[in-house]
Amino acid sequence: MPVVRIDGVHKRFGAQEVLKGVDLTVETGEVVAIIGRSGSGKSTLLRCINGLEPVQSGVIDVAGHRLEAGGRALRELRKDVGIVFQSYNLFPHLRVGENIMLAPRVALGINKAEAAARAREVLAEVGLADRFDAWPDNLSGGQQQRVAIARSLAMRPKVMLFDEVTSALDPELTGEVLATMERLAQLGMTMLLVTHEMAFAARVASRTVFMHQGRIWESGPSKRLFAAPETPELQQFLGSGLK
Amino acid sequence: MGFHFQFQPVLARSDLLLEGLWLTLQLAALGILGGALLGILLAMSRGLGPRATRWLIDCYVELIRNTPFLVQLLLIYFGLPSLGVKLNAEQAAVLGLVIYLGAYVTEIVRAGIESVHRSQIEAGLSLALSRWQVFRHIVLAPAIARVWPALASQFTLVMLATSVCSFISVQELSAQAANIESDTFRSFETYIVVALVYLGLALLLRGLLALLGAALFPAGSGLGRLRQTAR
Amino acid sequence: MIRQFTASEFIFILTSARWTLLLTLLALLLGGALGFLVAIGRTSRYASLRWLAGGWITVVQGIPVLILLFLSYYGLALAGFDLPPIIAASVSMALYASAYLGEIWRGAIQSVPWQQWEASAALALSRAQQYRHVILPQAFRIAVPPTVGFIVQLVKNTSIVSVVGVIELARAGNLVNNATFSPFKVFGTVAAIYFAICWPISLLARRLERRLHAGRAN
Repeated sequence: MPVVRIDGVHKRFGAQEVLKGVDLTVETGEVVAIIGRSGSGKSTLLRCINGLEPVQSGVIDVAGHRLEAGGRALRELRKDVGIVFQSYNLFPHLRVGENIMLAPRVALGINKAEAAARAREVLAEVGLADRFDAWPDNLSGGQQQRVAIARSLAMRPKVMLFDEVTSALDPELTGEVLATMERLAQLGMTMLLVTHEMAFAARVASRTVFMHQGRIWESGPSKRLFAAPETPELQQFLGSGLK
Repeated sequence: MGFHFQFQPVLARSDLLLEGLWLTLQLAALGILGGALLGILLAMSRGLGPRATRWLIDCYVELIRNTPFLVQLLLIYFGLPSLGVKLNAEQAAVLGLVIYLGAYVTEIVRAGIESVHRSQIEAGLSLALSRWQVFRHIVLAPAIARVWPALASQFTLVMLATSVCSFISVQELSAQAANIESDTFRSFETYIVVALVYLGLALLLRGLLALLGAALFPAGSGLGRLRQTAR
Repeated sequence: MIRQFTASEFIFILTSARWTLLLTLLALLLGGALGFLVAIGRTSRYASLRWLAGGWITVVQGIPVLILLFLSYYGLALAGFDLPPIIAASVSMALYASAYLGEIWRGAIQSVPWQQWEASAALALSRAQQYRHVILPQAFRIAVPPTVGFIVQLVKNTSIVSVVGVIELARAGNLVNNATFSPFKVFGTVAAIYFAICWPISLLARRLERRLHAGRAN
C-alpha cells in the first residue's frame, strides 16, 4: 500500500498548464528525489501534495488521506505530511522552542510540558539542542533550516516534503542540512525532495524522478538514472553541469 | 503696545480645569479602548470572513474616514434620539469616539495583517493549523508590532479629538476652557494654559504607548525589530 | 415654528461648502509655504533650527485644532488685529497644516538615499544647490501621496472653525437642523457633501501611493 499515490494530476496557473498528467507512487520508507529545470513543475507538484496548491484534475492520496479542497480533512492530512520550505519560514516572533511547540499544542492539542519535551527531542535530532531559547534571527541560515526541519518533525509526520531546502543557503551551510536529511532517511522516514544537489540525490535517494515540461519524463533507481540517463532531455539536463 | 498677561485668574479656576481634564481622560480612555477593540475585531472579521462582510466593513471605514468627526458626533447626538434611542451627551461622545477610532484602527491593523508574508501563513497551514489558529498565533502579533507607531499616533489624535465633544456641551477640558474664559475674560491666557495641558497629555500618552510597545514587543524578539523598522 | 427640509435648505448647505473649500485652499497655500520652511529647518545642519522646527511640530501636533483656533483668534485680537473670523480661521488652519506638512515633507526628504547627498557633494554642489537640483526633485515625488492624503484631513478639520461663527459646511448644517429638527436629513446631507469632496481625494492619494511603490520596485 503506497503511502503517496498521485494519479493523473493536472494543474494550471491561470491559462498556463504546469502539471500535464503526473502519476507517481511512493512506498513507505522510500526516499524519492525530484529533479528538473526551473519551470518543469517539480516544486508545484510537491506543494500540491500537502494542498498548498489546488489541482484541477486527478487524485492524490497521502498517508491514508484523500486530498480534498479544504477544511478539516486537509488539516488532518497536514498532520501527517511535513514540509520544509526554501526560505525556512520560521516565525520571527517566537523563540526556536516556541516555534516547534506551536503546532503540536495548537493543532494536536498536546499539553505544554509534553510539547516542550517533544521539541527538545527533535531539536536534539537535528543537532541544535542548546538553541531551544534562541531567537530565529540569531541563527545562521543552516541552523534556521534545521530548526524548520525539527518543527515539521515535531508533528510526527508519515511523509516529509523538502522543497529545494538548500538552494537559499551559502555553500558552506548546505552540508549540515543535507547531513540532517540523510540521517532522517536512514531512520526510515518517507521523503520526497525537490533538489539541485545531484550528488546527494544519487547517494541518499533510492529513486529519482526527472520532471520536464510538467510531466514525469524519466524515473528509476537513482544510481542507474544518474549513471545512464535514457532520454535526451535528461542527458542534456545532467550534462549541463548541474552535478 | 505692551502685553499684559494675567495667568493668575485662570489658575484660580483650576477646579474647572481639573474637572474638565478628568472628563477628557475618561472620554479618551473609553474611546481608545473601545475603538481599538472594535478596530481589531473588524480587521479580523474582514480577513477571515466572507466577501459581504469585507465589503460592509470597507464601507464603514471609508464613510468614517472621509467625513469629519464633528458631523458624525452631531448625527449621533441629534439623530439617535429621533429614532427613540435615549442617550446623553457623554454617551453620545463615547459612542462617537469609538466608532471614529474603530474605522482608523481597522484600516491600520488591516495593513499590518497584509504585511505578514504569505510564506509565514503557508508554513502555519502546513503544520496543520486552522486558518483561525494561523491568524491568532502567527499573523496577529507581528501585524500589530509593525503598525504600533501608527496606532500610537492615531490614539493621540483621538485623545485630542475629545475637544470636539465640547460642541455637544460635554464639559470636558475645552468646554471648561470656554467657561473659565467667560468667567475671567482672560481669553488668551486661558487657552495658553489649556494648550499646555493638552500638550502634556499628548506627550504623556505617547510615552506610555512607547513603553507599552516595548513591553509587548520586546527588543530582542523578532517582534521588536518589526516595531522599530516601521518608524 | 419648525421649517421643512426643502430644496432651499439643501441649497443653503451646499453653497456653504464653498467656504470649506476656500479655507482648505488658503490653509494649503499658507500652510504649505510655512511647512516647507519647517521641513527645511527639520533637516538643517544647525541643531538650533532643527530644535525650533521640531518643537513647532511637537506643539502643534500635541494640541487640538479647536484650541489652536482659539489661540489664533484671541492671539490676533491681542496683537491689535481686528479681523473677521474667517481670517483667524484661515490662520489657524495654516498653522495646523504647516506642522503636519512639515513633518510629511521632512520624511520625504529623508527618504532620498544618502548616496544622493554624497554624489552631489562630490560634484562640488553647495547645499542649496544639492537641495534644489538633486534632493528636492526626488523628495517631491515621494511627498505627493501623503500630501494629497493630508488634504482630506484639512477639509475635515475646517468643520472645527464653525465655532467662531464661520458659516462653512458644518455650521450651515447646525443652523438648518436648529430650524428644521431633521437631524438625519440635515447631517446626512452634510456628511454626504464632505464625503463627495474627500473620498475622491482619498482614492487619488491611494492610487498615487501605489504608483510610487510600483515605480520604485520595492
